[in-house]
Amino acid sequence: MRLFLHELRAELLLYTRSRELAFFTFLLPILFLIILGYAYGDEEIEGHLGADYLVSGMIGYGVASTAFAGLAIVLVYRREEGILKRLRATPLPAVTYIAAVLGTTLIAFLVGAICIVALSMTLLDGHFPKSPVSLVAALLLGGAAFAGIGVGVTTFLHRAEGASAAINAIYIPLSFLSGAFCSQANFPTFLTVAADVFPLKYFIDLVAAISLDGDQIWERPLDVAVIAAWGIAGTALALRRFRWVPGEG
Amino acid sequence: MSRAVSVQGLRKAYDGVKAVRDVSFEIEVGEVFGLLGPNGAGKTTTVEILEGYRARDAGRVEVLGVDPATAGGDWRERIGVVLQSGSLYAQLSVIEILSLFGGYYERSRDVDEVIAIVGLEEKGRQRVHTLSGGQKRRLDLGLALVGDPELVFLDEPTTGFDPEARRRAWDTIRSLRDLGKTILLTTHYLDEAERLCDRLAVLRNGEIAALGRPGELTGALPPTEIRYRLNGEEVVVHTEEPTRVLNELTAEALRNGIELEALEVRRPSLEDVYLSLTQESPQ
Repeated sequence: MRLFLHELRAELLLYTRSRELAFFTFLLPILFLIILGYAYGDEEIEGHLGADYLVSGMIGYGVASTAFAGLAIVLVYRREEGILKRLRATPLPAVTYIAAVLGTTLIAFLVGAICIVALSMTLLDGHFPKSPVSLVAALLLGGAAFAGIGVGVTTFLHRAEGASAAINAIYIPLSFLSGAFCSQANFPTFLTVAADVFPLKYFIDLVAAISLDGDQIWERPLDVAVIAAWGIAGTALALRRFRWVPGEG
Repeated sequence: MSRAVSVQGLRKAYDGVKAVRDVSFEIEVGEVFGLLGPNGAGKTTTVEILEGYRARDAGRVEVLGVDPATAGGDWRERIGVVLQSGSLYAQLSVIEILSLFGGYYERSRDVDEVIAIVGLEEKGRQRVHTLSGGQKRRLDLGLALVGDPELVFLDEPTTGFDPEARRRAWDTIRSLRDLGKTILLTTHYLDEAERLCDRLAVLRNGEIAALGRPGELTGALPPTEIRYRLNGEEVVVHTEEPTRVLNELTAEALRNGIELEALEVRRPSLEDVYLSLTQESPQ
């Protein structure tokens, strides 16, 4: 625990000094909310105020981007730069290290989420999310699952250059497909089917059901099961294939 | 236990190419041991197996009494590693990154003390990305020392240094020896091995071509060499009795009133040994 807090403090310091990470995990969701919020925040989407619908999507998107993309980009970069190899020679345990990197991005996301809700309530007449306890539980589940998938994905990326592009190329289109920024109601079937395979849609739906309709997390067992299954698969892959040293050639 | 490192019959191949074949050596506690050899001789592979980064194909390896392949955090408390390459957190200052790494160890050395050992006193508050290449290497060394290790691995610690920076690094490595550290360093510079190492192993094609004190290695060569020019032709004499041979030679020359041009007497250097070992019969 002492080591975790020690690393967490250092990672927070590194986070505040890294512009790229801060932009993608913190500013981008806020930017999206403001742009899309003014575009259709006062319209009605699937029976809810547009702003509330957006906030729900943005929180889901934020957790996924933070836990999945943020973590994966940092780990690939640090692996290929030889920083992970350097750390491997110290007594710092791998799990403690990854938990601290993840914890840092989640803290950043939490601050971002509070900003999003506050902005929506002040600028767009949005409402505070319903069922906050279930919402927190769902976000923790999503954070852990997407982190596992993120670390799993790092095992397929072999270079620092292009890692952030490759990861953004996975999750930004998927965020649209999964209904993070707009309703899926008008999508053609083949697009919704594509989204059905991946966990992000289930997570966005889960967060929407909880924060918009006031459902509790245990009333959505399918969503929870799909998210957890992906998380376990990603973590298993990560445990099998995780590398400390840069790829060779 | 007085052995810091014990390696027996170590083998490692990459995709069928044998990088290390049957390497054996031992390092005593407090010794500076060098692995010397040209690029591709198997130095880094050997060191990275000892550091716990790579799995070996065969052989017995003990580092501080533990097999690195299965060693855990307790063992890592006791070693320090300087890798051949690799970058650091560019956005942290020297003091911040040393404090961060120091925090990983149960028992760490004072950050100011480490900064003094590696000679970065003026740079403590500077961010890593503003340091020169040589300063970053010194910081690398500082990170390896901040856990106060018993055994330090230095993989080509001065490659790419200018002469002044190299001399500073040598002084630092000597001061580590004075602190009682055991040091394993790899290098492809002869003068470095000769000046720093108590004992060294010359690696060639993944095998140890020679092993011993720098003085012993030169002793294995043909005896003293006397060279001069006579009538425009170079004459080379190898002898075990240089005093007598030289006396006879110069007496003869004086008697005949001849000047021995370019007269030179030399003992074989480590470089001669090294070249004869690494160049003959490459496999």
